[in-house]
Amino acid sequence: MTKQINVPFSREEAKSLRAGDYVYLTGTIYVARDAAHKRMSEALAAGEPLPFDVKGQVIYYMGPTPAREGQVIGSAGPTTASRMDKYTPALLDLGLLGMIGKGKRSQAVLDGIVRNGCVYFAAVGGAGALLSMCITESEVIAYDDLGAEAVRKLKVENFPCIVVVDSEGTNLYVRG
Amino acid sequence: MREISCESIIQTVAEMCVEANLHLTEDVSGALHKAAACEVNPLGKQILASLEENLEIAGRENIPICQDTGMAVFFVTIGQEVHITGGSLTDAINEGVRKGYTEGYLRKSVVNDPLLRVNTKDNTPAVIHYDIVPGDALKLTFAPKGFGSENMSKLYMLKPADGVEGVEEAVLSAVRDAGPNACPPMVIGVGIGGTFEKAAILAKTALTRNMSEHSALPHIAELEERLLKRINDLDIGPGGFGGKTTAFGIRVETYPTHIAGLPVAVNICCHVNRHSVREL
Repeated sequence: MTKQINVPFSREEAKSLRAGDYVYLTGTIYVARDAAHKRMSEALAAGEPLPFDVKGQVIYYMGPTPAREGQVIGSAGPTTASRMDKYTPALLDLGLLGMIGKGKRSQAVLDGIVRNGCVYFAAVGGAGALLSMCITESEVIAYDDLGAEAVRKLKVENFPCIVVVDSEGTNLYVRG
Repeated sequence: MREISCESIIQTVAEMCVEANLHLTEDVSGALHKAAACEVNPLGKQILASLEENLEIAGRENIPICQDTGMAVFFVTIGQEVHITGGSLTDAINEGVRKGYTEGYLRKSVVNDPLLRVNTKDNTPAVIHYDIVPGDALKLTFAPKGFGSENMSKLYMLKPADGVEGVEEAVLSAVRDAGPNACPPMVIGVGIGGTFEKAAILAKTALTRNMSEHSALPHIAELEERLLKRINDLDIGPGGFGGKTTAFGIRVETYPTHIAGLPVAVNICCHVNRHSVREL
């Protein structure tokens, strides 16, 4: 089913999504990938605050190319989500509601999704130029020294993605 | 003796870095268009249409096709009659990468040490493979490699008794494990024979071959065709959501090997199988 939804969304809305839904997201999402997840995990371990409150938010696993003059952002497609698996269950338990990436997740992440009623989306891998057109604002909000791996806050408009794992644990990658 | 200046190499390399990241060669884009016309899975068809649109936007808006503009891999064939002037060839290639990735707004994806992991901020150093041949030409093949697919690549040390069946199972196993992680539709480079490292280099070389040409060796050309069919029967499909387009193509390179061994390397690439070739 094709759906238009605003981000951030409520847990009830997250639970209404089904694996296989083609969803267009409009609103605010956060960007973090490998190095940012490692730092966030270290911050949690040290009892320090995260660069943004993950509660109720959606994280996009992505590291863009630099923007040319006049562009909001460069190429901005999803990266492989499984590299974030080690850090993800803790974030889900803190209230993270959605993730956008590509590829398979670990059992611990799948369990965390069901336990908390969350959703894992895939964006089309290797479509970074197309996806950049759906990003209307981009701001680095933390870990600027990480370059392409800095934490960003994005405004997106009709950002296309597919529900891969829904809150009941149905997984679009598992067939037959 | 023919002289080639480092200055001209730097300029050429910088241009290649930008060109390969914005435009696919015709054999690869042709494979995408063909697959988009043939795919029957509805979601798969929709994803292939998005990838066609993505290519069009990349070319028109000067935005890299994929945000992972890769680690810079070069195959350099240098004639033994060539004399490089004005510095070292390796330094010139790295300077060209620095210039291309910085001035071309490409992503800097290289860290200085695999464990310390500090970004070098200019995408250097490149990985460079040299081959010395007769003649006075310098041929550069640039193949930026993204790591979504690189991470799914595998090396197997099979036994001679495993034979061609063992090779096919090894390739299918690597593709099955890669699944949605490697951004299918994939292009698959296979190296069979040589030693541990030779097989891996052959597999990477295979990815730079023209997708519309099969191996000149009849038994290898048959293997390529058979494997492509078996891979496309795995139902991984575009994005990993099912369909008959799991790979655009598979290219196999071989080399003589030891009586006791059958090395097989499987280098997986996503649909953005970029390369640029220049001769100086």
